[in-house]
Amino acid sequence: MSSAWEVVIGLEVHTQLATSSKIFSGAATAYGAEANTQACLVDLGYPGVLPVLNKEVVRMAAMFGLAVNATVAQRSVFARKNYFYPDLPKGYQISQYELPIVEHGEMNITDEDGNEKRIGITRAHLEEDAGKSVHEGFDGSSGIDLNRAGTPLLEIVSEPDMRSAKEAVAYLRKIHTIVRYLGISDGNMQEGSFRCDANVSVRPRGQQELGTRAELKNLNSFRFIEKAINFEVERQIDLIEDGGEVLQETRLYDSDKDETRSMRSKEEANDYRYFPDPDLLPVEISDEFINAVRETLPELPDAKLERFVRDFNLKPEDASILTSSRALADYYEAVLAAAAAKPQLAANWVIGDLSGALNRDGLDISSSKISAAGLAGLLGRIEDNTISGKIAKQVFEAMWDGAGSADDVIEAKGLQQITDSSAIEAVVDKVIDANPGQVADYKAGKDKLIGFFVGQVMKETQGQANPGQVNKILKDKLG
Amino acid sequence: MGKYTQTLTELKAGLEQADFTSVELTEELLARISAHDKKLNAMITVTADEALAAAAQADIDRSGGKGGAMCGLPIIHKDIFCTRDIRTTCGSRMLENFISPYDATVVENLAKAGAVVLGKSNMDEFAMGSSNETSFFGPVHNPWDLDCSPGGSSGGSSAAVAARFAPAATATDTGGSIRQPAALTGTIGFKPTYGRVSRYGMIAFASSLDQAGVITRSAEDAALMLGAMAGFDERDSTSIDEPVPDYVAGLGQSVEGLRLGIVRQHFDEGLDAETGARVKNAIATLESMGASTVEVDLPNIDMSVPTYYVVAPAECSSNLSRFDGVRFGHRAENAEDLLDLYCRSRGEGFGDEVKRRIMTGAYVLSAGYYDAYYLKAQQVRQLIADDFRKAFADVDVIVGPTTPSAAFKLGDKVDDPITMYLNDIYTIGANLAGLPAMSVPCGLVGGLPVGLHLVGGHFDEGTLLRVAHQYQLKTDFHQACPEDFK
Amino acid sequence: MRPREFRPEQLVSLDKQQVQHIAMLARLKLTDDEYAESVAKLSKIVDFVDQLSQADTDGVVPMAHPLDAAQRLRLDAVTEDVERDRYQQNAEAVSDGHYLVPKVIE
Repeated sequence: MSSAWEVVIGLEVHTQLATSSKIFSGAATAYGAEANTQACLVDLGYPGVLPVLNKEVVRMAAMFGLAVNATVAQRSVFARKNYFYPDLPKGYQISQYELPIVEHGEMNITDEDGNEKRIGITRAHLEEDAGKSVHEGFDGSSGIDLNRAGTPLLEIVSEPDMRSAKEAVAYLRKIHTIVRYLGISDGNMQEGSFRCDANVSVRPRGQQELGTRAELKNLNSFRFIEKAINFEVERQIDLIEDGGEVLQETRLYDSDKDETRSMRSKEEANDYRYFPDPDLLPVEISDEFINAVRETLPELPDAKLERFVRDFNLKPEDASILTSSRALADYYEAVLAAAAAKPQLAANWVIGDLSGALNRDGLDISSSKISAAGLAGLLGRIEDNTISGKIAKQVFEAMWDGAGSADDVIEAKGLQQITDSSAIEAVVDKVIDANPGQVADYKAGKDKLIGFFVGQVMKETQGQANPGQVNKILKDKLG
Repeated sequence: MGKYTQTLTELKAGLEQADFTSVELTEELLARISAHDKKLNAMITVTADEALAAAAQADIDRSGGKGGAMCGLPIIHKDIFCTRDIRTTCGSRMLENFISPYDATVVENLAKAGAVVLGKSNMDEFAMGSSNETSFFGPVHNPWDLDCSPGGSSGGSSAAVAARFAPAATATDTGGSIRQPAALTGTIGFKPTYGRVSRYGMIAFASSLDQAGVITRSAEDAALMLGAMAGFDERDSTSIDEPVPDYVAGLGQSVEGLRLGIVRQHFDEGLDAETGARVKNAIATLESMGASTVEVDLPNIDMSVPTYYVVAPAECSSNLSRFDGVRFGHRAENAEDLLDLYCRSRGEGFGDEVKRRIMTGAYVLSAGYYDAYYLKAQQVRQLIADDFRKAFADVDVIVGPTTPSAAFKLGDKVDDPITMYLNDIYTIGANLAGLPAMSVPCGLVGGLPVGLHLVGGHFDEGTLLRVAHQYQLKTDFHQACPEDFK
Repeated sequence: MRPREFRPEQLVSLDKQQVQHIAMLARLKLTDDEYAESVAKLSKIVDFVDQLSQADTDGVVPMAHPLDAAQRLRLDAVTEDVERDRYQQNAEAVSDGHYLVPKVIE
């Protein structure tokens, strides 16, 4: 990327709130139901029906506001955004316009140089989701499924504070982590419960004024977001350098072709004719309500990370991975609580073998085949020298495959570590006798050969000898 | 004499004393509708089978001692209220074949009270009109003079009650749509405080102005029926959680000591002299009964019609966007594409006045005009509401004419929207401020009825009903019946 | 009582192009005759409501609603039974539980 250009990115995140019922009706929000079986009369915009606001939605928005250090408005207003589209049954979307529920927030991300960077959150407002159009299988028609219509959305709008696709992804991951920590969204991008539009522009480095921006839509994975932004940045720079001009327009990202293209259908000048929805009254939030919500705020990722580093003496990189999801952090702390394992050892296992196994099987931490208590049992056996770290990996795999607890596996396979000095000495003697050449070299000063001898002893004992003891005995005997 | 001449209250007593059954009463009224509605066109749908079944059930309930406040009493619903499994047209081609899958709360409440529904009454399309001429189902004729309009938009309800098809009918009022037709047909028209009666299931015209009410022949009947249909509804965010007083019980108190406010501008030019004389006469009667009068000033009231014709179209343009030919309502045939489906379904389904108001609304909300029209109208609406607030510090009820004149001829005003709009000049203020208001028959002008308009403070329906009832004890204007329907 | 007088020099009458734009915003297909009539009548209406410009509203808080109350909040519970097939009886074009529209190209 040409360094003569500065990239400016702002993001709009639409996150579905994890309520049982819809924002303005008592219909269920569950994903994947048969078409239109979760669209009640209110969701269908039937003549005569009226909206009533879901309290949980207000609580969740307030929670988000507090989590990003924003102002939660004492008074916010729902407005109608008027336009015709088949997935919008009433011909207007109920949203917040002039007076949103959350304003003036902020969040820190780690930029590409590893420094903390503050990203401003302009606002977050509540609105209803639209339905879905299905374009295949209806013979020249599109089919409309309104199950999703009326699902609560929190739209989180950032300041144009990001300067690279990587920063944009870091911001997005952070928002994703926060909404899941708060339990206000499942953040499932495949199911569309966490969606993102990006406003991207470039300007000559040093210029104050912002360049013309394009709005990128259809960014439904972290990977695509990065690729789409990078593609768009290159496109804009090439365009300008070739004497062209960036148009303010909506562009769709096509992940198959890895390109963005103009959405001509959306280009017709929109005049949304916003006005306060006369079916809904202003939402008033009292200080008591805010305080009650504040009391339920969980420990947030930044605070948790800091605590893990401070209290458990973890490497910040490790603490960052462990706190990337509340479930993972909870799992880790449960392991510590159940065993006398050293925090760094537990971290290594959770980040290493456990995460690897989860990834391999495509599982979430919540459906891990080894419980926190189970992993704690395994770590206990490492700490008390019953098994070596290497044997532990073998035990872990067996446990993962359902062979029972660590003790069951060690017992059944006879994997207890050899800690009997005389037994180890016998093997050491055997190895020394069998390798006179190496012994001579070692004695002549080739210290590194100690590794060779340890390896031979471990091989003889099928890894069950205590490595510390082996080392000590070898050094004694080799003088 | 037939039972049809009796008021709701009289019929209730008759049923209680077992003078007749609800089935007998229902049969009689259905026969009357079938014999006379060809002249009036007051009904869009008559639900004879359902009515007779409900009447039979009411008779059983009553004999079992279980009847509600309206047990076995026949009523008519304005066709703006959704009625489960029964066609609900809102006077529009758009909903010509629409079968509602649910009942409006008003419909549900009255059914719970035991009311028997004879059918659905004609109305201006989507309640937009003051003469009932915008109905897709044709105009309604005034029982007092078949060449005249019965007013609108609740013209079917007012004509039906005036013609003794039923003792009571539901109606809705966005700018005067209950009170103006009541005045022009010699009936009581009552619009409660905004939020008193649920709007759930009432097809929306202008959400911040719409309110359901009743058309009856006496204030006592209005009190009875309102008590049965009003009350908090959790399905309507704008429904107010206030207890509904026993309106009937409050009717007996005299008007002595009540302060009546008179708005000077209401008696200026623009008011037909004869009509003004009847209204002044009615006020004099109330004074003779012990009420006093005070002149009140509503300095911004002359802005109420233009304010209304910004606010109401704005809301309606958005409320009516849901009629797109997809999930319900008229769908254009052989649409070329989505845009064609939308534009033709709506172009064909809506009538001229509705289209005009939708376009006016889209215009006043559109980019560049919002501040000058919509926002400005909201500010003037605040001024008008403030004027009323100040006035009610000094008076209990504001009295004046309901309409500028008696009923006009069908076809007379249909070509000029502004002239038509000005028919609601005295009634619109109450909608803008959300106040309860009613029209009470106060005499005839050239053989046609005119009405006395009463406006009350927020949630003070009781005082209005009491003033009207006391007035009706002293006068017999409400007993006058159009010649052809005696 | 009459509304305040019109001030003809300030008439803001609409032209056909504006009416076409509004009709498109509102998704209404009008015939040529309807256009002619709409231009005339809408102009009259707009000129009529334009008298609002004479009101002194400096500092007046716009009134969005007659109720001076706050939004009531509903508990988050599933309370609606969806009777899809019954609701879809009012729709003219339905297939496999979906409402149909002419193909939407994105």
